Amino acid sequence: MNDLPTLDWPTAVVFAPLAGAILAFAWPRRAAGIGLASVLLTTAAVAALALRVLAEGAVVTRLGNWGAPLGIDLRADGLSTLLLAMTAGVGLFVSLGALDSYAPARADERTRRYFWPLWLLLLTGLNGAFLSTDVFNLYVMLEVIALAAVGLTVLGGGREAVRAGLEYMYASILGALLFLMGVGFVYLELGRLDFAGLIAAEPAPALTAALALMIAGLLLKTALFPLHFWLPGAHANATAPASALLSGLVVKVSLYIFLRLTQYMPLPDELLVTLMGTLGAGAILWGGIQALRAERLKLLVAWSTVVQIGLIFVAFARAGQVGLAESWKAAALLILAHAVAKAAMFLSAGRIKDEVGHDRIQDLDRSPIRPTLAQFTFALAAISLIGLPPSLGFAGKWVLMEGAMAAGYWHWVGITMIGTLLSVAYFSRVLAGFLRFDRLRTPVAEHQGWALADTAPLVLALAALSLGLVAAPILAFMEIGYPFGATP
Amino acid sequence: MNSGLIFGLTGIAVFAIGLFGALVMVEPLRRVLALKLCSVGAGFLLVVGAWQAPPDMPDPVPHALVITGIVVMISATAVALALIRRLHSLERASDE
Repeated sequence: MNDLPTLDWPTAVVFAPLAGAILAFAWPRRAAGIGLASVLLTTAAVAALALRVLAEGAVVTRLGNWGAPLGIDLRADGLSTLLLAMTAGVGLFVSLGALDSYAPARADERTRRYFWPLWLLLLTGLNGAFLSTDVFNLYVMLEVIALAAVGLTVLGGGREAVRAGLEYMYASILGALLFLMGVGFVYLELGRLDFAGLIAAEPAPALTAALALMIAGLLLKTALFPLHFWLPGAHANATAPASALLSGLVVKVSLYIFLRLTQYMPLPDELLVTLMGTLGAGAILWGGIQALRAERLKLLVAWSTVVQIGLIFVAFARAGQVGLAESWKAAALLILAHAVAKAAMFLSAGRIKDEVGHDRIQDLDRSPIRPTLAQFTFALAAISLIGLPPSLGFAGKWVLMEGAMAAGYWHWVGITMIGTLLSVAYFSRVLAGFLRFDRLRTPVAEHQGWALADTAPLVLALAALSLGLVAAPILAFMEIGYPFGATP
Repeated sequence: MNSGLIFGLTGIAVFAIGLFGALVMVEPLRRVLALKLCSVGAGFLLVVGAWQAPPDMPDPVPHALVITGIVVMISATAVALALIRRLHSLERASDE
């Protein structure tokens, strides 16, 4: 390493989308072109970073050469890089789909103009959060993500979307402020905010309070039952590419921060680990029942997100306090599986709604138009979310149950099984509607498939299905740089 | 009971009032104000923590954090207010 400030990959990963966001906002006529170029650039930077992490281990950048504890460090280890890659991959295909979904013929001027700056700003916040090494930086990134995500929620401009967006805004800001209060406690106790300081800290009541505040904020932002009230409305009423980003990526950031923090500041009691798992179990049951009752396709998909968040918390708690050193891997695998599959599912659900003209589940089988490709994509994504082999969802659930069985925590195995059965039931409601032709009186109309908006989710769904085959290398990659060690 | 503790508890109390308001209020504008109160409480606590007995200068780091927090909260408030106005005009349009 030389002393000259060279353009390094972690910096590029954060600043490429930021530059794109500013350019796309300043030059709305070229927003789509700038947006796609910026996403491609970011993806390339993430790929380069991943190769470097694979070769050398964790990569650290000290912005402005200040160094911790005062300066801002960016650190990419296996887990960070994996989530960056997930964001880049999902983001790239959602962008490709959005090119088509927000084409001039299909979306109004305002939607097309504001989607790209908001999405690129969101990408900046996501990448920044995954690379952050101090809790205050995380707070700022959480706020950046919240503002961009609320903007994406209300992009459609309808009354329901704005109302849901406002509700989301309140929950999101409150979550961030709870987190900020926790950050304040950390600083008052330790006099520093970086992860290394958290790891070195002796347990103290103030730190326990800080951890409680930060976790409460994160649970609100990630929508763990019973703090999920804002999610179904916000995710179901947004336009399809925005929903895919919100459900696939945005809720994952708070989950990621939760995983990090609980490794640096271990939960002080076994009871709290069980509480997390129990809330997750509540999400699986309540979300599953609501998904069974949902009348609209996008609402069903949104409730399935609540279920999957719950499942990730069950994975976190699968082996109790002693198992935490391993359980984060199961949680991270499920985060990855859900991101890819749910983005595919929301995009295809949006396509079905666009083509058929409505998304009432009951009437899907009466439509003369059959968007077969989108329906096929939806089914593939459902396979991964249900957790059938060889999908990534299967690999995640397998690791979850393996750990729970080894620890003798059979109740987590049971709740995972129940969740799986429920998900088969509610996805079958939709899939049955795709397959029944007998209720249709008129001839089936011609459908124009193979648009970019159809292909992008199909690729994502196929990825969700086939990534399960490389689950072992993914798990190995996650551990690079000993993710939960201090900044070297 | 020293002054630092009193100020610190005040900050926490202001945060708690805001938290209560944000959870209980129905009126959109009141909820925004409650969230503002939360941020003031959190900022206050940090500023209190920065104080050091004279002749020592106050610790500048929490001040920097609070300024960042204020900027973030201004943007968030602006977005929330814009959304509330938008919702009002949409609701008025649909009532007519």
